[in-house]
Amino acid sequence: MAVKTPILDAKIPKGTLSEKWSAYKSHAGLVNPANRRKYDIIVVGTGLAGSSAAASLAEMGYNVKSFCFQDSPRRAHSIAAQGGINAAKNYQNDGDSVFRLFYDTIKGGDYRAREANVHRLAELSTHIIDQCVAQGIPFAREYGGLLANRSFGGAQVSRTFYARGQTGQQLLLGAYSALSRQIQLGKVQQFSRHEILDLVIVEGKARGVVVRDLVSGKISSHSAHAVLLCTGGYGNVYFLSTNAMGSNVTACWRAHKKGAFFANPCFTQIHPTCIPVHGDHQSKLTLMSESLRNDGRVWVPKTPALAEKVRKGGLSPEELSEEDRDYFLERRYPAFGNLVPRDVASRNAKYVCDEGKGVGTGLAVFLDFRDAIKRDGEDVIRSKYGNLFDMYQQITGQDPYRVPMNIYPAVHYTMGGLWVDYQLMTTIPGLYALGEANFSDHGANRLGASALMQGLADGYFVIPYTLGDYLSNMPYEKIPTTHPAFQEAEKEVLRDIQKLLQIQGNKSVDYYHKQLGLCMWEYCGMSRTQKGLEKARIRVKELREEFWKNVKVVGKNEDMNLCLEKAGRVADFLELGELMIEDALQREESCGGHFREEYQTPEGEALRNDELFSFVSIWEYGQKKMHKEHLNFEEVKPTQRSYK
Amino acid sequence: MKITLKIWRQSNSSEKGNFQTYSLEDISPDSSFLEVLDLLNVRLEEEGKDPIHFDHDCREGICGTCSLYINGRPHGPSQTTTCQLHMRSFKDGELLWVEPWRAKPFPVIKDLVVDRNSLDRIIQAGGYVSVRTGGVPDANSLPVGQDLAEESMDAASCIGCGACVASCKNASAMLFVAAKVSHLALLPQGKVERQSRVQEMIAQMDKEGFGSCTNTAACEAECPKNISVSHIARLNREFFLAKILPETK
Ligand SMILES: Cc1cc2nc3c(=O)[nH]c(=O)nc-3n(C[C@H](O)[C@H](O)[C@H](O)COP(=O)(O)OP(=O)(O)OC[C@H]3O[C@@H](n4cnc5c(N)ncnc54)[C@H](O)[C@@H]3O)c2cc1C
Ligand code: SF4
Ligand code: FES
Repeated sequence: MAVKTPILDAKIPKGTLSEKWSAYKSHAGLVNPANRRKYDIIVVGTGLAGSSAAASLAEMGYNVKSFCFQDSPRRAHSIAAQGGINAAKNYQNDGDSVFRLFYDTIKGGDYRAREANVHRLAELSTHIIDQCVAQGIPFAREYGGLLANRSFGGAQVSRTFYARGQTGQQLLLGAYSALSRQIQLGKVQQFSRHEILDLVIVEGKARGVVVRDLVSGKISSHSAHAVLLCTGGYGNVYFLSTNAMGSNVTACWRAHKKGAFFANPCFTQIHPTCIPVHGDHQSKLTLMSESLRNDGRVWVPKTPALAEKVRKGGLSPEELSEEDRDYFLERRYPAFGNLVPRDVASRNAKYVCDEGKGVGTGLAVFLDFRDAIKRDGEDVIRSKYGNLFDMYQQITGQDPYRVPMNIYPAVHYTMGGLWVDYQLMTTIPGLYALGEANFSDHGANRLGASALMQGLADGYFVIPYTLGDYLSNMPYEKIPTTHPAFQEAEKEVLRDIQKLLQIQGNKSVDYYHKQLGLCMWEYCGMSRTQKGLEKARIRVKELREEFWKNVKVVGKNEDMNLCLEKAGRVADFLELGELMIEDALQREESCGGHFREEYQTPEGEALRNDELFSFVSIWEYGQKKMHKEHLNFEEVKPTQRSYK
Repeated sequence: MKITLKIWRQSNSSEKGNFQTYSLEDISPDSSFLEVLDLLNVRLEEEGKDPIHFDHDCREGICGTCSLYINGRPHGPSQTTTCQLHMRSFKDGELLWVEPWRAKPFPVIKDLVVDRNSLDRIIQAGGYVSVRTGGVPDANSLPVGQDLAEESMDAASCIGCGACVASCKNASAMLFVAAKVSHLALLPQGKVERQSRVQEMIAQMDKEGFGSCTNTAACEAECPKNISVSHIARLNREFFLAKILPETK
């Protein structure tokens, strides 16, 4: 490692942490309202980040083109978020504050996030709730009519706002309604069932995109003064995840190929409470919201022998006495108990299953509501979690009011993403990344209910300022899509599509996706070793090479073609997988969701190495060239995370 | 288990479609219905045939993307979305007829995929509170009774799937529109624009060619989110009030 790694500048404003954002806003360049209509903005993605950005920018007067691959902007993956959204409102009078939310997020992220961004996020959190309520989002209320809160993992205060188990749905419908209003007003042009396949750069700046109309297959270009990627996370690189089936990395990856650097790709979150895998033909995993850990207790039978009896059906969980149960989270982490952060909860579930104490297929632990039902009554539990319990019952055929749920960790969220500076701009001028698509706020582990907060903060409250600053120095001229850069990009996209169609091998796209997923889960999942990662590196490369020789993509481009859509996405996942492995290999420490078995404390907790690894790893496409952004902690002192 | 599927195949909006038969064996009762279609598609692709195109995304019953009839019923035999339907709901050896939503405002795009943007256009016509970003009051400045918030949330749970339209002999979108109108009309935030909202949304619904509501409540019986027809009653009331009191707008 003698080569000196280049250092990237995050352009963090000067001043004390709590004043940075106001200082930035006071000095940012502005575009006069009458001139905003001279700028065209492309927003890719209509999840929380994209819809809120598109609506807010259109309202300010910019001309917005909004894209999503679903049939309607309202169906973006954000719709599936269940548990809630954090905000430092301190409505509960339980000691919450902007600082505490900031601190919990930095600590929860295991000191691998940028302080300035996280502080801004905590500051903006309170405005988000105001905005959402004004839009008519029916958040849960107390009897007196004020907003209700629940608590989530990694926090000792109740700051999570929620709308039953459908918070993401309600927040997205709010943002979608704001977007719909702008569509009606003619300020946003919506392109649903369109997929971005390339970014167009003119004179070093992001100036447009190449898209495929997913109904007709037509390839065309759109030109703009800036491009926002709000395309969500890449958890589907593991094939099985809690993400929606269509979630993908393609837009970010193609931008990466054009020069946008990718940060911390190996930081993925494995969520502790998902419905366990049932068989080989499964396409999707289902999350059971973390909010369940407020009332549910996680346990396994005390010994492998007892567990085996339970697995074989000779003993039912209710029959196990208190002494025969191991409430392993409560035992190991008395202060946080079942509400430890996700990475900790997941890892511990894996440990007890590895010890042979798993239930179900052996890869499951119990999440038990018996005591909560006894304490509060079934009605109270039903009113809090009714729809989640119903969903569980529908999927598994078991009644969680009577028997404990079986749960196991699953891939859920990706903290890594395109590198952005404080202004959410990538390394390509004029190209921004918002929401889960960027890497910025969650470090090596995201706390529950913080992704929704980040998506909306980015879209409603950050980008309107930072984009204005960029555009204030930008000429109005538009670049026609007849410009050679567009023409060239279109040709390239078509060439790649033809290449996929011509392979005509004999394995399906899903086959490669599954193989990639299995390999990533095994070696680059919940715990990682150098040896395993090196094996995976070879395997993924082989898979990628084989894919390009032997995949079978049926049909033609000029048609709705699901197979072709998937093939393009899997091709990108295969490249991303390699990068994730590379990143996991270079990070010779454990932090948050990145657990390298070689680096752990005697108690099996993640062992960070701040001296050598207190940085963001930032990758350039192609030559595996890594850049760094050093993380400076001014306000909080990194310590070993303790939830005991 | 074994299953035979008769699936509607149609290569594009202008061509005529027909049913094709597919037999599958070794299906796990724990698989979801859409996982069975996935399985079939892998088989078709490996044989070099065009896979069955169907809409889906979240597979958690919340995005409202999945949309098909099984044996004539939107989303299939139980009152859930198709993606939440598991093979244990069927008998071994059963024959299932699978079709796209049938309604004039939902033209077929390909196989089981239809165009439901007419629903988006109804929302665009007025399904919102016209607030801008920023400059809004503190969230707790306006208390909302728990009952009202809960009732509003019941309505807001609509996933926009269109099963109500698909189940209605008139292809009426009343339950969908009522859910949105009700969600907002119940809350103080939505009260300001309640009169214009209901009129504009209904006007758009008519323009899209959705039929009128004749109160058969078939929609409620098929709605995967249990949206109650009582919201249609509220919609009618809102509409009526808006008509007789236009000047209070
Ligand atoms: C089951 C589940 C539950 C969750 N629960 C919570 C929770 O309770 N609290 C919380 O804070 N977080 C939760 N999360 C995380 C959170 O939902 C996501 O991180 C967040 O919604 C991401 O929002 P987004 O706007 O960044 O992207 P998304 O909502 O994923 O939207 C991506 C958009 O990009 C578009 N897109 C992608 N690629 C392309 C392309 N190539 N061309 C065109 N369009 C494209 C898509 O069409 C879509 O519109 C949950 C996640 C899951 C999976
Ligand atoms: S009312 Fe019910 S059936 Fe109709 S769109 Fe909404 S959720 Fe679907
Ligand atoms: S796929 Fe989302 S509701 Fe069925």
